[in-house]
Amino acid sequence: MNQSEPTAFEITRRETLQVGAAAGAVSLIPEARANPPSVTPVSTTENGPTVPISARINGSSVLLQIDARASLLDMLRERLGLTGAKKGCDHGQCGACTVHLDGRRITSCLTMAAKVDGREIVTIEGIADGDTLHPMQQAFIDHDALQCGYCTPGQIMAAIACVKEGHATTRDQIREYMSGNICRCGAYVGIVAAIEDAAAKMRRA
Amino acid sequence: MRQLNYTRADTTAQAIAAYGQAGEQARYIAGGTTLYDLMKLGVEQPLHLIDISDLRGNDRIDTTGDRLFFGACARMADVAENPVVRRDYPVLAESLSKAASQQLRNMASIGGNLMQRTRCPYFRNGAHGVFPCNKREPGSGCAAIGGIDRGQAVLGTSSACTAVSPGDWPVALTALDATIELAGPTGTRSVPIAEFYLLPGSTPQREFAIRPGEIVTGISVPKTPAGRRSTYHKVRDRESYAFALASAAVALTLERGTITTAHVALGGVGTRPWRARETEALLQGKRPTRDAALAAARAAFADARPGQHNGFKIELGARTVADAVVIAAGRTA
Repeated sequence: MNQSEPTAFEITRRETLQVGAAAGAVSLIPEARANPPSVTPVSTTENGPTVPISARINGSSVLLQIDARASLLDMLRERLGLTGAKKGCDHGQCGACTVHLDGRRITSCLTMAAKVDGREIVTIEGIADGDTLHPMQQAFIDHDALQCGYCTPGQIMAAIACVKEGHATTRDQIREYMSGNICRCGAYVGIVAAIEDAAAKMRRA
Repeated sequence: MRQLNYTRADTTAQAIAAYGQAGEQARYIAGGTTLYDLMKLGVEQPLHLIDISDLRGNDRIDTTGDRLFFGACARMADVAENPVVRRDYPVLAESLSKAASQQLRNMASIGGNLMQRTRCPYFRNGAHGVFPCNKREPGSGCAAIGGIDRGQAVLGTSSACTAVSPGDWPVALTALDATIELAGPTGTRSVPIAEFYLLPGSTPQREFAIRPGEIVTGISVPKTPAGRRSTYHKVRDRESYAFALASAAVALTLERGTITTAHVALGGVGTRPWRARETEALLQGKRPTRDAALAAARAAFADARPGQHNGFKIELGARTVADAVVIAAGRTA
């Protein structure tokens, strides 16, 4: 993968300190790829001490200053416009905010943004290949694995990881290893079927 | 949440030095699945966070010597999936794989998990909650006593606190006589797990025998042939992703069908991980039938003190131990 050096909008740590810890800056430079995810960098004024973050999100380099208290979920949603990951409980109990951090599924609401400096994040916005949905996304559609859809981005991110971990070999195992994702509409039958289906396709791919 | 400063440490020495500078309002943070959660609730209000989740070399899992060693930064998922741990110490692997969700197990460190705080709803009621809690605010009272106490402990309670010790991994480690390795401003030391967890008594805010500035650096477990015939059996309100109503860590050695050694610890019922020495003694020399196991298990609850809604835990706890003994005995050494 071609690593581009972030330049535009970049603000150095020293400059940030000069303008005061309250200033926030974001730069997100998508790499050349078939269909880069659409992101809207947002600057904001933080009201507490900030930390610098340099991370790769869905293949793009991101630089920003963010309040040391912020969660990764709030960083994604409020600063980077990546609103796919959802805020359900905000306490790591529902799984709606699930994203991948260095290839492993985590709840972004219980992950401090400060912790992702130097790391790689993939969200629901980053899994399709151009206009072609990820097999797991397609399987959720094919199996009607949702009703309201609020938990779906988290379900899909958890499900992809579940397959990659090797924890999607039986229906019982899928249920056990997907138990961190709650669906209040009760679409579980479709969700398990979708994961079983996509797991077979992902293993063949 | 209060404003705070965040620092990431690369080494244990760096972390301890940072704590020394920041003072007592500082907290170490590893996975953050407990601390950050409690910060959102206002129960924890640190002014400084020192991130110790990636201390160099501290995620080591070593199963080669006469002790198992788990670096404190190892993630719950990593230990749960370790092939040697799964094969030779299923009680340890199961205590982790039956805890939390895969997302949280990918985040939480096995050192931090030792210091998970209670799930007592009155404790978690928040900094400005309407219910008093002696653990959260010493001297304020305990709303759980006489309140909604279905989830509260029946063993090790005091008139100040009945909050359950929430962990599973600490229960399994208690059964296997683990040692906690600590590093702090005055050097390193080892604490047997039986001494690491404090009874609430009149000071329920003190839960762990850890001193200011100390870090859990690792956990070591003496190898035992009882490891293979072991299990962590956990009974919950739902089948997965829930805290224990009652759980049992059991490890056995058998000779010609008779129990020669028994390690038994209980979760979900005590104010700390609960070693059941009486049960262990009674199992000695018995065949692992469910009746014998149940009789031995009941002895662990002889001093149980139920509240209004949690009396069921005495029977449930005993049956959980009995089932665990049967499961463990059925495994191949």
